[in-house]
Amino acid sequence: MSFTGLVSISLGAILIQNFIFSQFLGICPFMGVSKKMDTALGMGIAVTFVMGIASVFCWLVNRFLLVPLGLGYMQTVAYILVIASLVQFVEMFLKKSIPSLYQALGIYLPLITTNCAVLGVVLLNTQNNYNFLESVVYGVTGGLGFLVAIVLFASVRERLELTGDPPRSFEGFPIALISAGLLALAFMGFSGLKVF
Amino acid sequence: MNVKKQFRDGLITNNPVLVQLLGMCSTMAITTTLFNGIGMGISVIIILTCSNIVISLVRKLIPDQIRIACYIVIVAGFVTIVDLLLQAYLPSLSESLGVFIPLIVVNCIILARAEAFASKNSVAASALDGIFQGLGYTVVLIVMCIVRELLGNGTFGGGLLGPDGAGIRILPEGTGALMLILPVGGFLTLGCLIALMQYLLRRHEEKKEAEKK
Repeated sequence: MSFTGLVSISLGAILIQNFIFSQFLGICPFMGVSKKMDTALGMGIAVTFVMGIASVFCWLVNRFLLVPLGLGYMQTVAYILVIASLVQFVEMFLKKSIPSLYQALGIYLPLITTNCAVLGVVLLNTQNNYNFLESVVYGVTGGLGFLVAIVLFASVRERLELTGDPPRSFEGFPIALISAGLLALAFMGFSGLKVF
Repeated sequence: MNVKKQFRDGLITNNPVLVQLLGMCSTMAITTTLFNGIGMGISVIIILTCSNIVISLVRKLIPDQIRIACYIVIVAGFVTIVDLLLQAYLPSLSESLGVFIPLIVVNCIILARAEAFASKNSVAASALDGIFQGLGYTVVLIVMCIVRELLGNGTFGGGLLGPDGAGIRILPEGTGALMLILPVGGFLTLGCLIALMQYLLRRHEEKKEAEKK
């Protein structure tokens, strides 16, 4: 696999096919944890981390377990089990060795299991027939795309809290969705970006 | 057991998408043609009802600490069954929904109903809850599909009706705002729908208050 191919996968995952704004993966944590900048940043980092290692392990499981045994149809069940146990392991590891980070992430860690961006990225890896390196790059950069999106959106929402005065029916969630829509519109500008 | 109340809860007062704000990923992602919306809605109704029944059956056997993991495995089993059935009998639907069929596993609606309802209630009540909550989700999907397809593309019933399943043309060609079919449209349409729901629920409350006085 050439270097340029990897670059185009990364740019695609971060900007052009951003997980939030163009593929609608991981909207729940994106809307739920974006009220404050620091929690958004923590969630973004945790998701990037888990997406990276989930890509590694799910690729291994698929290549050395599911494909040789002809169990391709069990992939959804197998992947979700891998992700759930990975999240559990990461949680235990962080608790023991990096307690400060563990405290900062708090309840967001277990919630990552049900983040559709994580399951989505491993399913897309399999669907696109990515090799090991491509899978890992796609996983990590997809997570970075999520991080960029949630940090941008959190800063928009912080401003919105201070200055926004929407009509009563639009208060809270609807206005947040509409601002996310405008951000998505901005991200559409990247769709003209051609890599090599 | 109160069937009427459960029905109203699922469709209006406690609608999974518009009031509980769950399952938004798929709601925004796949609602570009009516065919997708109906297909996704029916799949979710089936999976939600089956998983609610099974979870309610085994709710006393599962240890509390690992219940979420157990729920996920049960849901994943049903999702795999539906996924394979769609691939075999409705390949066109399976193709256009793509990765969002296996992603029903992590659709928050299903886990939330398992945790909030099926793990505490009888089998029959859980089954009804599955059907009504699923219906509530489907209705929202269909409304989103109709709005986005009509305003974005100028057609109705894409994938189902009209010549070659391209839908019946209502607005003349070229007048549609393509933006609504694109991802942006998903955010905007859902935002407006939730705002409408908040408005209606508030009006309802105010009317009730006025009647009391």
